[in-house]
Amino acid sequence: MVESRPVKWLLRIASSAVLAFLYLPLIVVAIYAFNSSRLQAWPPADLTLHWFEEALNNPAVTRAVVNSLLAGSFATGVALVLGTLAAIAVHRYSFFGRQTISFLLVLPIALPGVVTGVALQRTFITVGIDFGLLTVVIGHATFCVVVVYNNVIARLRRLPRSPEEASADLGGDMWTTFRRVTGPRLGTALMSGGLLSFALSFDEIIVTLFTSGPGTQTIPMFIFAAIQRPNELPVVNVLAFVLILVSIIPVWLATRISGAETAGARL
Amino acid sequence: MTRSAATGDARADAMIPAVRLEHVVKRFGGEAARGRGAGTAEGAADSSAVVAVDDVSLEIGDGEFFSMLGPSGSGKTTTLRLIAGFESPTSGRVWLHGEDVTTRPPFERDVNTVFQDYALFPHMSVGDNVGYGLVIRKVPRAERLRRAGDALAMVRLSGYERRKPSQLSGGQRQRVALARALVNRPRVLLLDEPLGALDLKLREEMQLELKAIQQEVGITFIYVTHDQEEALTMSDRLAVFNRGRIEQLGSPAEIYERPATRFVAGFVGHSNLISGEAARTILGADGTFTVRPEKIHIRAPEAEPGPDEVGAAGHVREVVYLGPDTRYLVSLEAGPELVVTEQNLATSSMEALAAKGRAVQLTWKRQHNLPVAEG
Repeated sequence: MVESRPVKWLLRIASSAVLAFLYLPLIVVAIYAFNSSRLQAWPPADLTLHWFEEALNNPAVTRAVVNSLLAGSFATGVALVLGTLAAIAVHRYSFFGRQTISFLLVLPIALPGVVTGVALQRTFITVGIDFGLLTVVIGHATFCVVVVYNNVIARLRRLPRSPEEASADLGGDMWTTFRRVTGPRLGTALMSGGLLSFALSFDEIIVTLFTSGPGTQTIPMFIFAAIQRPNELPVVNVLAFVLILVSIIPVWLATRISGAETAGARL
Repeated sequence: MTRSAATGDARADAMIPAVRLEHVVKRFGGEAARGRGAGTAEGAADSSAVVAVDDVSLEIGDGEFFSMLGPSGSGKTTTLRLIAGFESPTSGRVWLHGEDVTTRPPFERDVNTVFQDYALFPHMSVGDNVGYGLVIRKVPRAERLRRAGDALAMVRLSGYERRKPSQLSGGQRQRVALARALVNRPRVLLLDEPLGALDLKLREEMQLELKAIQQEVGITFIYVTHDQEEALTMSDRLAVFNRGRIEQLGSPAEIYERPATRFVAGFVGHSNLISGEAARTILGADGTFTVRPEKIHIRAPEAEPGPDEVGAAGHVREVVYLGPDTRYLVSLEAGPELVVTEQNLATSSMEALAAKGRAVQLTWKRQHNLPVAEG
């Protein structure tokens, strides 16, 4: 469509404003990560890589990073298995209460994190599980399962059933059919569900606060604690900068995957 | 009629039918119907409980080309899916080669299916699609590749092994689906409207090819179609389905020449129905009768019907020129409108079209009046 000149300019200004609104804070944090002064004065007087070194040598930071990676990986692993199984069960079989189960599976993501956190904490105490990485993983899995479940069931609903029937017809039992036909066609849904679930777990703080033990501080918890100590602000900036870089990768991957999928011919 | 010599000789085998359905009923209802995939058009029409197959019993002989013909929703596809094992019957039993397989899953039945939408595995190459059943049966690699190659050669797709299904045309996909089923050498091949998505020219070609392949491999073909011409030209026997029941079962000639019910008469070929008062006036008999359009002759209005003929006066209301034939719609004085087809052996289109509005006498042989049941 051909736009008139003023409209063109208006659109350019509007989109620039939106981009600035979204990315200016990120740029500010990124610049502060290289600020040589411990004080956050604008503009930075001098640039340095010193804070990166300090962050690397800070055992609390490295432990937080390791904890976050572990929690994210385990929660995602649990979510991939349980979410996929639940989606297949709800999609494939008709049983009494199927609609209810489908609803109950999705509900946790709508529940306020505070409620989930309190409920889990009370339960862990009642059952007698020590707070630690395990409890954090369980807490994160409650919403990660939903993400995977939603991705997988959306894909299952879009896929025709007949190739699975063809597989059974050609002698494939349930496991063979899943491994050779259903699984490969769920691949990208599992990938994007997994990435999203990892990202959610990685920056989760509310449920984590309720479910973590003394030795299991995650990155968001570390930042939240450190931000109240002016001394550690530069390290927080460095962490934030690294997190920005790290989170771009899965998003970029996810868009590439879904892009390739749309481009590929669909059968 | 045209059963291959090889299977005709196998008397012992012929004693045990390849497929036997015993009072099979399939009901879809409530929860069950909602949980089903989109692949089954005929089961999808759901209110609360739909009887898709209503007490069907039949026997299909070894090596037979058997068609199940009917409009959509008549239960023919569901019957096929019951034989394949994708559905389990609400009641009744399914037998394959003398074995009760009612409760067996599809992967434990010696039948293979060619699906309406082909159902190729989109993430696999053509070669892997065709070899799928052999991989599962752990056939050694060398033999597998040879058999897959043979199967592709049979459907004239040699050299397509490395292609992806998305790179094939509709007709080629259809042939891959056929090769994928045949490579396993099943004793029964089920075909669910396999030519439905192809254009007319290709469909006619594939009809001949399928028939030739069936005679070559000599296995039982069960063929679902809504195309009566397809069913008549390809089958040894066919069953006409309507509302979940078999209306008539017989050879193509029997079905066409002696339709048992009003429904069969109307569905297979074009047919004229004469009933009630008109039947008494024209034929001097009570009941419902059908007469095929090609059996009727158009004469001058004063012509007298012969001794073994019946006659009815009327006028030509409409003329449709079809190239080799012309179709006339004639309004009878006694009430009904009859369709008459005549070959354009000597008539030109101008002459045929000029007949419109003319008063005529229709005559046909008494033996071509076929009584049908009100079905």
